[in-house]
Amino acid sequence: MSRVSRPFTPKVVTANDLLEGDVIYLTEDDTWTRRLASAEVIEDEAHAQLRLLHAERQPAVAVGPYLADVSMGPNGPEPTHFREDFRRTGPSNYHHGKQEVSTHV
Amino acid sequence: MYKYSEFDDAFLAQRNAQFRAQVERRIAGNLTEDEFKPLRLMNGLYLQLHAYMLRVAIPYGTLNSVQMRQLALLAQKWDKGYGHFTTRQNIQYNWPKLRDVPDMLDSLAEVGMHAIQTSGNTIRNVTADHFAGAAADEYLDPRPYAELVRQWSTDHPEYQFLGRKFKVAVSGSTHDRAVIRAHDIGLQVVEKDGRTGFTVLVGGGLGRTPMIGKVIREFLPEHDLLPYLEAVLSVYNTFGRRDNKYKARIKILVHETGIDEIRARVEERFVETRAEFSDAAMDVLAEIREHFAAPAFSRRSLAPFESAYTNDPVFRSWVDTNIAEHKADGHAIVTISLKAPGATPGDATAAQMRLMADLAEAYSHDELRISHEQNVILPHVHKADLPAIHAALKDGGLATANIGLISDIIACPGMDYCALATARSIPIAQEIATRFDELKLEHDIGELKIKISGCINACGHHHVAHIGILGLDRAGVENYQITLGGEADENAAIGTRTGPGFSADEIVPAIERIVDAYLTLRKGPAETFLQTYKRLGMDPFKAALYEEAKADAA
Repeated sequence: MSRVSRPFTPKVVTANDLLEGDVIYLTEDDTWTRRLASAEVIEDEAHAQLRLLHAERQPAVAVGPYLADVSMGPNGPEPTHFREDFRRTGPSNYHHGKQEVSTHV
Repeated sequence: MYKYSEFDDAFLAQRNAQFRAQVERRIAGNLTEDEFKPLRLMNGLYLQLHAYMLRVAIPYGTLNSVQMRQLALLAQKWDKGYGHFTTRQNIQYNWPKLRDVPDMLDSLAEVGMHAIQTSGNTIRNVTADHFAGAAADEYLDPRPYAELVRQWSTDHPEYQFLGRKFKVAVSGSTHDRAVIRAHDIGLQVVEKDGRTGFTVLVGGGLGRTPMIGKVIREFLPEHDLLPYLEAVLSVYNTFGRRDNKYKARIKILVHETGIDEIRARVEERFVETRAEFSDAAMDVLAEIREHFAAPAFSRRSLAPFESAYTNDPVFRSWVDTNIAEHKADGHAIVTISLKAPGATPGDATAAQMRLMADLAEAYSHDELRISHEQNVILPHVHKADLPAIHAALKDGGLATANIGLISDIIACPGMDYCALATARSIPIAQEIATRFDELKLEHDIGELKIKISGCINACGHHHVAHIGILGLDRAGVENYQITLGGEADENAAIGTRTGPGFSADEIVPAIERIVDAYLTLRKGPAETFLQTYKRLGMDPFKAALYEEAKADAA
């Protein structure tokens, strides 16, 4: 079976916060942010794996870290899938979750 | 209502103390998430899209006013002021914080409630007819059996790690309001030659492989209930598949092995289990039964009811849709709709929960029920009190007259909350209900059950809806498939797919085309959607659904 190597698409490391349960993203300076726009955008496969490992070594903060696809918009990373869009926003039936505290860009 | 014994209280206190310690150890870093996850799930705590979610069991959907007020307290103190009643007669809190959950569980224990076995591969909360003990058509209140099964299955050492989850539902009426045919085991209480017992169904279930339960025992004498369940569970536990999560439910075992072979294995095992069980279970049942004795129903004049019914058209409309026949003279069963057009199906605010608790205490012998259709029931109301109840509900935004109608939609939380979901359910329900409210056609359309699931796991029961909607992810876009002709009652049937799905923007107009087709095709207002569908089949609906869409696009 031939393996077609696909070009790497930009990613962020995301997880849920252990105590709050809410969505968090890994930043370039090794902190966690609640805003996707402030997340580190990873452009390289090897670096992505390193950053994911880094997140996995923080079980006291991050639950279930994984790499999520993003695309670059004028104001930083944007989700490419609607699930990630809900995660960065909150539910659509109430103004709860992230949209409650700040209107993201 | 069942009241906890000292044994129950002690067990729960111990369990909650254990979980509190487990949470502390997880936070301190002494438990990994892999170790902690099964522990939290055993106590009903999930991690969803935006937050933790705590699922609290409401055994067989029955609760009293004190318990309902406690649910309101949890919503207010540790959540965002509301709770979500589910299709399994449970309540879910969508926003708890990990550190608060042990306190929430302690608060629940104060009123004899918990979240044990609301998750995991265990025997889940036993569900029952939400009109149990009240319905005019009922043979026997099934809840004492549900409670017996609850006691037997709670913390049952053998069944904490089944191949997959296991759901039991009980009904005491031949008209099935508890969807017993879509459960791993469905129990129908019946009478035969003067003896009480059960018709036992096995292997029903929805999800990715929907199946209608099959009769494994035409008549099981009452006193054999637990040994027989033990036999079924033990056959499932032994022979059920564990190689593939999606083939691990008992329905697959029954389907692959054949009901006759399963029946033979269960009967063989039953010989052993029956010998092992003592008669003590029957003493327990007798004791449980006392907790469920029917209340003392009063005899009063119906004049206040009759006068309001004649003079107040809004009250009359509510009575005609939301009231069901009670077994006691002069009484009624009130279904409080949690489906106001535009609202989230199954959600109630803390204030609404308190109002319903107050009404139950004042007018319904202190009893409330949660239906799998995500509504709340006052089971034992004297008709003379209906005008006062209706007035209070109106003030609380709970007087929507739509039970069984097109806006009384079941919807799972979908991708607005659930980590498993592939698409949203709630906004679709909100839009359909709002649209048909605008059209003012709802009462003309009559009985029509729409059920929406946001993924193939089918928590929204879409397979057994008259019109079922399944939300999927098609290449990164929400897509909604429609099924027609499903039924959830004693004539249970799996709906048939109409064809290709619709986008989120197209789904409401698509539903409207189906309903328009029905209104055109029906013989008269007395013929329900389902009857028209059964008479004419899929073709005319398919034509309306797809050919009109093509014409519109052209």
